[in-house]
Amino acid sequence: MLKINNLHVQLEEEDKQILKGVNLEVEPGKVHAIMGPNGSGKSTLSYVLAGRPGYQVTEGTAHLGDVDLLDIEPEERAAAGLFLAFQYPVEIPGVGNMTFLRTAVNAQRKARGEEEMSAADFLKVIRAKAKDLKIDADMLKRPVNVGFSGGEKKRNEILQMAMLEPKMCILDETDSGLDVDAMKLVSEGVNALRDEGRGFLVITHYQRLLDHIKPDVVHIMADGRIIKTGGPELALEVENNGYTDILSEVA
Amino acid sequence: MAAPKQINTTETEARIDTLTLPQDGWSAASRADAQSRLRAMGLPGRRDEYWKFTRPDALVQADVPAAEVFQSDEAPLMDGQPCLRVVFVDGVFDADASDDLALEGIEISRLADTSADIHWAQSLHGTLETAGQSPVARPLATLATAYATDGLLIRVTGQPDKPVNVIYNRSGDSADVMLHHVVKLEQGTKLTLLESGPAAARLNTVMEVDVADTAAFHHVRTQGRDHQRLAATHVFARLGTESIFKSFTMTANGKMTRNECVLELTGDDAVAHVAGACVGDGDFHHDDTVFITHDAVNCESRQVFKKVLRNGATGVFQGKILVKAGAQKTDGYQISQSLLLDGDSQFLAKPELEIYADDVACSHGSTSGAIDEEALFYLRSRGVPEDQATNLLTLAFLAEAVQEIEDEDLRADIETRMSGWLERHRT
Repeated sequence: MLKINNLHVQLEEEDKQILKGVNLEVEPGKVHAIMGPNGSGKSTLSYVLAGRPGYQVTEGTAHLGDVDLLDIEPEERAAAGLFLAFQYPVEIPGVGNMTFLRTAVNAQRKARGEEEMSAADFLKVIRAKAKDLKIDADMLKRPVNVGFSGGEKKRNEILQMAMLEPKMCILDETDSGLDVDAMKLVSEGVNALRDEGRGFLVITHYQRLLDHIKPDVVHIMADGRIIKTGGPELALEVENNGYTDILSEVA
Repeated sequence: MAAPKQINTTETEARIDTLTLPQDGWSAASRADAQSRLRAMGLPGRRDEYWKFTRPDALVQADVPAAEVFQSDEAPLMDGQPCLRVVFVDGVFDADASDDLALEGIEISRLADTSADIHWAQSLHGTLETAGQSPVARPLATLATAYATDGLLIRVTGQPDKPVNVIYNRSGDSADVMLHHVVKLEQGTKLTLLESGPAAARLNTVMEVDVADTAAFHHVRTQGRDHQRLAATHVFARLGTESIFKSFTMTANGKMTRNECVLELTGDDAVAHVAGACVGDGDFHHDDTVFITHDAVNCESRQVFKKVLRNGATGVFQGKILVKAGAQKTDGYQISQSLLLDGDSQFLAKPELEIYADDVACSHGSTSGAIDEEALFYLRSRGVPEDQATNLLTLAFLAEAVQEIEDEDLRADIETRMSGWLERHRT
């Protein structure tokens, strides 16, 4: 599904290499987790895949199925089935949440040559999905993420994911800023979307999110590379011993 | 002290020479007075401080620059909805295209109809314009008071069930039009006045609005999409106790537009909102000049102006709140913002507060910015194409001004026009 090969990335503005040869493959139906210390390049990886400006790929490839992600615009990546749940969802004053979601759903459908969703159908679907995530009518009406609490913002990300039904979901520190109850709610939302056709890449600092969203594979990232890959037990090892042991092990 | 202003006598006289002062009817004395006031102040010149950011030349010169008529499918505001339609073509009243000038709750007649003896209009004509000349002269308004060929005289005696919809159409390349509307809202009455259309090659209007105690005046207008046309508009209003005045203007295109709005809150607890949203491309020049005087207790005023500028377009905002001594509990708000869609466009703003009362809350802010890159990426990452995402963010930028329109249908009408313009003006 998602295949990243020898990806090297630097900042456009300065000559600073962030990713130094990332190799990663996420199969359909699987949940991969990436853990790693601050500054290891986890968020950069998610941004580069989603197409955020400001990064320069100097080497390597990234494909979603047959689609060369690095060759196309962010909106085309989204239409191809890629979704990034932001660590810091952006506030957009003046754009209603509902308008935003409907515009996004229909833009993707249009890009894929599918029929656009009618206002009535859209309303029906979004109401049901919002209810599962405990998102009330007021949150749907308000401007995108404006005045939302940290937990509301993350739930709103998951709602977008549920509406857009991507093939490949990247969750960038979705647990940051969440209390225990909110994390449970968000995790349930994610788990509800797990199916055999969909891949997940969950970026997190902490093992606790992985108690709720159980990964199939865990990668440890440090200094722009994946330095160790294992099963769920690897996350527990990090939780108990920190990154120091693993870092010294591969050094 | 500033040096005494040099009066632009040559150009003023040259302009006056091309015009005929109406001698008949009840407005003759007021017009003659305006002519002598105009001679004393002179038309604006390039050195005029109040015209620092906008060159008055094209609005002042005796010859009207030709302006090609722009053919579009643009409909008047609230097209097809219940309204009293009043149509002017090149500034000439078009009786066939207009509705019968009769509506329950208002008396409506025309300035050009000198046969009538309209006492209420006679005592109002030119008075608010004259009062609005201090402390800053507005000679183009005085010019229109003297020479306007027509206009509407509306006395509101009740609460009419539909708006008066003034539509200004254009047919010629060189029509030079001056119109003067006089509106008087009696105590406790209400009126919604709409204006739309390109009007003329060169348009100069004055609208005087006297809003009596507890009356409410709503004004929404769109200035036509003719890019070549020139316009100087002036709204002068006086607000009585607990009265409401709300005015919104949308401008799309136009290489020269100067919209002046001069309000005086003379009764306690009055509310004045004036807002504008404009979108311009290329040699677009748009100037909002607002002067609000608080001269009563516990009044509220809001100025909300948003400008979207691209490809070298220029936006100007001169906005002032004057709070006189004794105008305690004044709540004044002023914001002017521009969204610059490229590096060539410019926004020139002069926000001013002058306060002589000690218990007031006044705020003002002015900003220029580009599209928020973070928001743009966020939208694109959800599959919204860049053009569409930019338009969505642009409309969001304009929203604060458009929200000032109370009526939902009118707001939707304006939003549709705005997004239509953005669709047509993609880079």
